[in-house]
This record gives sequence, C-alpha cells and structure tokens, in this order.
Amino acid sequence: MNAVIIDKLKARFGEQSIRVSEFRGELTLVVPKDHIVGICRFLKEDAELKFDLLADVCGIDMNTAEKRFGVIYNLYSLSNKFRLRLKTFTEEEDPKVPTVTGVWGTANWHERETFDMFGIVFEGHPDLRRVYMPEEFEHYPLRKDFPLMGIPGSIPLPKNK
Amino acid sequence: METRTEEVSKKSKILQALEDQNTSVTFEDPLENDMILNMGPQHPATHGVLRLLIRLDGETVVGCVPEVGYLHRGYEKLAENCTYHEFIPHTDRLDYLSPMNNNTAYTLAVEKLLGIEAPPRAQYIRVMISELARISSHLMFLGSLAMDVGALTVWMWAFREREKQYDIFENIAGARFTTSYTRIGGLAQDVRPETLAMVAKFVDELTGHIVECEKLLNTNRIFLERTDGIGVITRDQAIDLGLTGPGLRACGVDHDLRKASPYLVYKDLDFDVPLYEGGDALARYYVRMAEMRESIKIIKQVLEKIPSGDIHAFKPKKVLPRKDRIYTKMEELIHDFMIVNFGVEPPVGEIYSAVEAPKGELGFYIYSNGEGYPWRLKIRSPSFVNLQSLPTMVRGCMISDVVAIIGSLDPVMGEADK
Amino acid sequence: MGLEHALGDSFLTTKIDLAINWCRKNSLWPMPMGISCCAIEMMAFAGPRFDVARFGSEVFRFSPRQSDVMIVAGTTTFKMAKVVRKIYDQMPDPKWVIAMGACTSSGGMYRTYSVVQGIDQFLPVDVYVAGCPPRPDNLLNALIKLQEKVQRGESKGSFPAFVGEPKLNQPQALPIISG
Repeated sequence: MNAVIIDKLKARFGEQSIRVSEFRGELTLVVPKDHIVGICRFLKEDAELKFDLLADVCGIDMNTAEKRFGVIYNLYSLSNKFRLRLKTFTEEEDPKVPTVTGVWGTANWHERETFDMFGIVFEGHPDLRRVYMPEEFEHYPLRKDFPLMGIPGSIPLPKNK
Repeated sequence: METRTEEVSKKSKILQALEDQNTSVTFEDPLENDMILNMGPQHPATHGVLRLLIRLDGETVVGCVPEVGYLHRGYEKLAENCTYHEFIPHTDRLDYLSPMNNNTAYTLAVEKLLGIEAPPRAQYIRVMISELARISSHLMFLGSLAMDVGALTVWMWAFREREKQYDIFENIAGARFTTSYTRIGGLAQDVRPETLAMVAKFVDELTGHIVECEKLLNTNRIFLERTDGIGVITRDQAIDLGLTGPGLRACGVDHDLRKASPYLVYKDLDFDVPLYEGGDALARYYVRMAEMRESIKIIKQVLEKIPSGDIHAFKPKKVLPRKDRIYTKMEELIHDFMIVNFGVEPPVGEIYSAVEAPKGELGFYIYSNGEGYPWRLKIRSPSFVNLQSLPTMVRGCMISDVVAIIGSLDPVMGEADK
Repeated sequence: MGLEHALGDSFLTTKIDLAINWCRKNSLWPMPMGISCCAIEMMAFAGPRFDVARFGSEVFRFSPRQSDVMIVAGTTTFKMAKVVRKIYDQMPDPKWVIAMGACTSSGGMYRTYSVVQGIDQFLPVDVYVAGCPPRPDNLLNALIKLQEKVQRGESKGSFPAFVGEPKLNQPQALPIISG
C-alpha cells in the first residue's frame, strides 16, 4: 500500500516536491504547502486510495530558524483501513497555510484549534477564530517561547465583591 | 393615514432606543424574527461546560454555534514538560467517565513509539479494564440521556451499577475512578483472584439490570417520541464531519478500531460490532446498549482465557522495574533512577496511535526528539470532533430536542477541551 | 427581623437565632457548579449509595436563585471564572461556597496558563475539600463541617446568618493559641 501511494503521488505531483519517511510501519510524506489542497483532494477522491476520514490536524513548533511551524494531517481510509500522515511547513514570519476545509468538513475546528494554539493562519477558512482561549487573548500558547505558567495578567479575573 | 405614520414613527422611536442599546434582536414584525438563545456554560443538561448559541425561529432551531474552551487546562503544553510516565495521571482526567481506557490508549501509544510490547497477561487485563470502562461510560450515557428526557429512576439505577464498578476499580488500582493503572510496558500491579471473582459476579448480574432499565425505556412512548427521528445525520455527512464511535455506527458505517486495526488481544476474542441505520438519537441509544452487551461478552471471554505470568515487559532501560527489585538489586535501582528522572528515552520519530474509546477514536500523536519529554503530544479527542457535528444534527429540531441530541451524542468536556 | 432589632440581644433572640440556624443547616440546598471530574463524584454523592438527601440537601437546584450553597466541583479556568462569579452573585444571601477538590482549592495538578490557582482568588470560600477527586464520604464530611459553621452563624462572603450586628465581610476569627 505504501508503494502504491508514493507512486501515484509522484506521478501526479512531481518527484522533487515530496519527501518520504517511514517509522514503526507508518508512512509520512512532507509536501510543500502550495500543493497541499491538491494533494488532499487527490487522496480523497482517488478510487483506489479513498482517504475519506481526516482523523487529525495538528500544528508543531520545530523551533528552528527557518520553516518553524508545521501542520500535520493524519488521514485514514475506511475502506482500505490504512493510515497516512502529511506534513507541511511554513515560516515564522506571518505563517499561512491554505485550508483543507473544502476537502473534509471536519478540518474546520481542527484548524481553528491550530490557529488558536500556534497562530498559523489558514487562508480561505470560513470562520477562523479562537476555540480554547478567550477571544481577547493575545498570545499563542503552544509556541515554545510561551511559558507553561502563563503570563500573569494576560486574562483578567473577575473582581472579588 | 396620519395615525398610521404616527404609529410607525412612535414604534421607530422605541425601536431606535432599543437599537441604540445594541441588542442583537430586530423587530420588523414580531412574528417574523429570530431569537438568539444562550444555553450557557452552566446548565443542567449540557453535560459539562458547553456553551451553545442557538438561533430560534419560534421554537425551531435555525442555527447553532457551540463554544468550547471553558475547561481548557493546557494538557498539550503540560505534556511537553512532563516525562512520559508523569503524564499518565493526566490522561485519567481526559474522558473522566472511562479513565482506564485513556490510560491504556496512552501507554499503547508510548509503547508503539518505544517499540516494546506488554506481556500477554498484561494485555488481557488491559482489555478487561478497557471494556469495564466502556460499560461505565455507557451506563453514564444511559443515566444522563434518561434524566434529560425525564426518566430519573434510570439515572439512579445506572449509578447503582456504577458504584459496583467503582468497588472493582478500587480493588484493582486503589482509586475509585482516576486510576492511573497502566504503566509503560505493563501495569502498575497485578490483579488478585478475588478481584477477578468480583468482576465475574458483576458481569453476570449486569445483563439483568440492563434489561430492567430497558423495560422502562424501550417501549415507553415518551422516550420514543423524544428520541425517534431527532438529530438525524446522514452517512456522508458523518464521515465528512469526522464523527466516530457509536455516532458513526448508528449511521450504518462499519468502523470500529477494535476490528479494523486490532490492538491488544482483540483479534483473539469473538465479538460483534452493532450497527444501526437511521442516524438519529434512538439509533445511537440502541448502538450503545448493544455495545454494553458485547463488552460483557468480551469480559467473560477474557476471564476464561487470561494467562498467568508477568505483567511487566522485560526491557530494563525502558520499563520501570518492580518495586521489590529496586530495593534489593543494584541495576534496577539505577534504571529506576534514570527512568524517573530523565524519562524513557525513545528514538527520534513520530507516531499516531488510536484506540476505540467509548466516545469514538481516541488518538495520540507523539513527536519525539530523543529526550525523555515529548516534543509534541497531540490528543485527538473524540468529543471535540463529535461536537462539530452538533450544528448539523440540531438544525430543524425544537429547542427541547437540543437537550436530547446532546445527551445522545454524549460529549465529555474534559476531553473536548483538553 | 425587626423584632430582634427592637428587643436587642436577649435570651429570646438568641434562642430564635439558634432555631433559625438549625433550620438553615438542615436544609442546605446545593447549587452544583459541576465543571469536570469532581462533578462525577458529586453526582455519586447525590446518588443512591452516599445519599446526601438524608442530610437535608434534598434537591440539587441548578438555579442559583433557589439555592444556599454553591459546590464548585472541577477545574476553574480563567474563561469559566467569569461565569462562576456571575452565578455566585446571583445567589441570594445567606450563601456559602464549598471548594471541592484540589483544582478549586489551589489549582491542583495544573500549573498552566489557563487555570486559576484556587477559586479563592475571586470567590470567598467556606470549606475546602482535599482529594483528586475527593471521595463522596469526604464531601459529606465537608457538608457536615459546613453545617456546623451554619449553626454558629458564620459565612465568609455574605451577610451572616445570625441576627444582631451584621459583620460586614470580615474574615473568620482564628482561635488564639497562647502559651
């Protein structure tokens, strides 16, 4: 199954753009962010592959100088019972990634959560607002430079009496 | 004609005053407006701190926006600061109705990352406690759904059964429900034969009690009218929105991770996956009742087949050694010191491991960079994704059906908000 | 309570005050602010085994207007703190607060950016219950301690329950240990 996916994608999208790695029996593909929507749509609609369930979208902060933030898509195919992971990276200054809400409707809240935690803006998202922190919160908690204990005074407490 | 314009201008002054107050209600014609209702975070029937903003046309729901985040405790950031073992008590509090299941899911993920496997006895015990946790969660679902539609007796009866389960958990792990029972490579301590006898007695009697509750509900006209045809979601919508677990199986999609990618010893056990067509609240209720019966079947098989043996894998640098050996042997003391202080150090890599939790697919994505602390731990919580399908289910129903739909979807906010 | 103000502190008023406090303590209706895992133990506390109805808390009124004591059960985040305070303000006097569990007493095991480290930062708390989650018998113990407090007529945050000079927002007097 691994070989089938890699061959199909490379045939369609070109050799250089996709990096393949495998760990503990799971296949991971690193793709450039401009092709992500096309690749996702192809993976979903292809009759043989049929990755129709998007299990998870998460962000990751690699804390490197270039291509700091990544977005990771965990896909699952109900008919083939196979999992696949897609990764794409973006820079620290003004991180933007195209949205896959048009391909899978479930990406809506997952991308909102990634925006809330990392500050990655998803272009084309119908309703990009924070999901866990209050609307007025100004920082992005899961970045590596945000302290675990928070910044005192960043969210106001109600006054006593 | 003049009185008409006077009337109009009088009304518009009042309207102006109201609009100046910046309300979000407009009154061109009182019978033709929508009302926005806030089912706030504090509400008896929202199963925790879930906020719903509902747009109503009379009593019919036209749109709904759920707001979560009132219980966001920062688990993922905490995980980056805890070793792999230190995070196990936090997994209890995710889906706090079935904590043993979350423990099992997390330790399976870390074991996949490390490349170790627990011994057979530990795997059988893990299956038993996962299924007991599933029964516990579904009993709570039964009680809450019945209470939400008005049958309070069923809630009391479900809690009586859950109290018996708490006694069993106390015997196994020492705590009523936040157990932290599994460890990387095995379990915290072994299960005694008396506890297995308690489990056997419990599952023997449980079927009778479930039948008692069903006698009150299954043919009850009020219950049927409140749940039949309510909150319908089609098969394609469900897959597109990422709904998993009993909600998906109630739409007719045969997807159960215990059968699709078997983990632990599920491939050696004989059980069915209940499926219903319809996608409404009643189908979800039937699926969960049938799942309880399947869990009873699984537990009975486990009790027959459980082997004797060790409950810790033998991998000295990765698995916490037994307490009596730590106190007497030198190597175990050093390994214990290293593992507790620096963490089990997995290789560099990333995995995604998912199990079938009572609410759906509970997945852990771990990215490790070789240290004892995960670089990134993402919890794919089923309740968060299931709540995304709430606006689709609720459209077109009446306001009192919203309560029944939330009850049938059974979200747990500790998991949805992480 | 005009009678007591007219007559002043006398034998009659102290007996009435004892009687009123006895009535109040044996019918404390809780308002369950069930937020997370402690809410499940609170439901067990109201359930058939650790029945709290026998202590007078017959009904769990989910409406703040009709309740006496608010049991805050579960981790309070900053986003939720506003809501909890609003509900507390809606309760009529006299009112008491039980902080159930480690998360409400001091933040619990969550020393993170979004959890309030103890609800006494914005609410006056009468009884703290330790445990994660506390067993229902522990919570019953807390309720009994609260009942003793009600009998003495003290309340951390509201007008106290005895008649006479109203003590405005004063903290409870600590016993003086001399020697």
